[in-house]
Amino acid sequence: MNREQDLEALRRMLRIRRFEEAAMDIVRKGQGIAGSVHICIGQEAAIVGSCLALRDDDYIVGYHRSHGHPIAKGAPLGPLMAELMGRRTGVCHGKGGSMHLADFGVGSLGETAIIGAGIPQAVGAAYSARVRGTDQVALAFFGDGAANIGSFHEGLNLASVWGLGVVFVCENNLYAMSTALADTMASESIAARAAAYRMPGVVVDGQDVAAVFDAVDAAVERGRSGGGPTLVEARTYRYRDHAEYGNMDLSHRPPDEVEHWRSRDPVELFRARLLADGVAEDQLAAVAESAAGEVRAAVAFAKRSPQPAPEELFEDLWATPLDAAPAEASR
Amino acid sequence: MRTMSYREALREAMLEEMRRDPAVVVFCEDGRFWTMPTNGFVDEFGPDRVPVMPISEEGFTGAAIGAAMTGLRPIVDYTIANLMYVAWDQIVNHAAKNRYLFGGQASVPIVFRAAMKYANATAAQHSDRPYPQLMNVPGLKIVVPTTPADALGLLKSAIRDDDPVVFFEPLRLWGVKGEVPDGDHLVPLGKAAIAREGRDVTVVAIGDAVPAALKAAAELARQGVELEVIDPRTLVPLDKGAILASVDKTGRLVIADPAHKTCGAAAEIAAIVAEDGFSSLRAPIARVVAPDVHPPFSPALERLMYPTPERIAAAATALVGSPKELAVP
Repeated sequence: MNREQDLEALRRMLRIRRFEEAAMDIVRKGQGIAGSVHICIGQEAAIVGSCLALRDDDYIVGYHRSHGHPIAKGAPLGPLMAELMGRRTGVCHGKGGSMHLADFGVGSLGETAIIGAGIPQAVGAAYSARVRGTDQVALAFFGDGAANIGSFHEGLNLASVWGLGVVFVCENNLYAMSTALADTMASESIAARAAAYRMPGVVVDGQDVAAVFDAVDAAVERGRSGGGPTLVEARTYRYRDHAEYGNMDLSHRPPDEVEHWRSRDPVELFRARLLADGVAEDQLAAVAESAAGEVRAAVAFAKRSPQPAPEELFEDLWATPLDAAPAEASR
Repeated sequence: MRTMSYREALREAMLEEMRRDPAVVVFCEDGRFWTMPTNGFVDEFGPDRVPVMPISEEGFTGAAIGAAMTGLRPIVDYTIANLMYVAWDQIVNHAAKNRYLFGGQASVPIVFRAAMKYANATAAQHSDRPYPQLMNVPGLKIVVPTTPADALGLLKSAIRDDDPVVFFEPLRLWGVKGEVPDGDHLVPLGKAAIAREGRDVTVVAIGDAVPAALKAAAELARQGVELEVIDPRTLVPLDKGAILASVDKTGRLVIADPAHKTCGAAAEIAAIVAEDGFSSLRAPIARVVAPDVHPPFSPALERLMYPTPERIAAAATALVGSPKELAVP
């Protein structure tokens, strides 16, 4: 990454962190986020490093823990926060909520609450690019838990036999809810599974945004130039419980594990590196303040946005409404 | 007019739409095999639009959704309706819901083709008629054509529709020939056909119950009982107006459907008429449908499963009662 990209990476990581802290705060205070909220704090480098390697017109597909993905792809924050709050100004008009953010304006093709199901959809987006004659690539985000479901294997196989420009990015945070990956995976690593599908499998330090960028950038380049798909396994960590339950219980994890990973916080690591590289502290503070300000504005926008009206219940279901049946019937 | 089989009509519809619109692609396991309606397509449209397909229903259905949300119009052919179950999550949780979940940001214009091999001695895993299950899923349009002309016109309309359409084909009808209009023949979704007019009993028939009902009507006409046979053609959207208008005329309703009885299409149609056409009814509604048991392999047993002309005629006759009663307007 060049210096401009460095600062953009920091800005986007901080947007995600402040956005999620704000969401947790709203949940905690009962101020209007209903339902399940899955926080990705700790995983920001894997998300931002991946998205910065993409062009604006490239595609991403997310999963249930995916507030960070459209943010990293450049989506405006206000409609995302309004969506979490179920408001009519939400990016999905309040129909999707936390687990189904999508912003097609920045190539975010949406998120699914069904583990692994987005993986073949990303394959289809890359296939579509080929048929339409563009060189867009598609990137599928998923967690370690998804590496055991059929759609992961079917998606990788399809992308490989069709030679498509897909980057599969696994954010391996070691736990599927509270189930340890080591207890559920019969291979040495997730990346090792790439060999079965005749594609490169790369393990990268998911706390190092520059390392993730480099790995995904190479995979994107490969995909865009017709070289086929790549599987990138970013080793990362989630600080929070599976979802926000009101209180947190991480007793399913070994003692000291959380502290170990917190000592490798992706935002702090990168800030320290930029300082060591000679970036002025003022400049970093300005980036941090602008990210915090954007999130404050997003929260204010969401909170003052109206609730959806009852007649909006049926909106967005059909592209062509059902009530178009002509009166006469004959054959 | 042209004459072609139902199967040829399917092929013709796909050919015409693929020639018209470069966004139309076909996903089909073994779609290049000589028995398939898409045989030879790869020669005209190339391997990108007719890709080789692994046996991977969940994977390629997901891929079709991703393609549909980014500008293509895939036709996904499961070849046997039961194979859709392997992709149920992608169809029900994603194709049907993505447009709504994402606030209308993207449509999912896919046609899911599903041939139903019932009454063909293929046992329970190849013989389902799954449309009632999917009528329970908002966001999917559901089509069951019964003539070559409708197969052509409805498949072309389905391909052009911006919503996901599930297109059920009774395999027993694939070989049936019929006249098909020339030119760009389109049949709109949501418009029933009156397959035969009659004044005494309305028979709403689905799938190959339509030809069975027409045979029953021909037989009963000789006895002075006139059936009006309504073919809904699409179950979602359902042409309620055509059904209610016919029942208003006849006062009697038989629903003939090869799918299971419980929560079936026939149950839904009966409920609609009971709610909105009760005052028209001169007799209870009768259903001639498959019992709630799996299709058995043995032809001797499977023969007991589906609507036949005899069963439809018996149900209609029971509703009209004696000829004397029939004469009362």
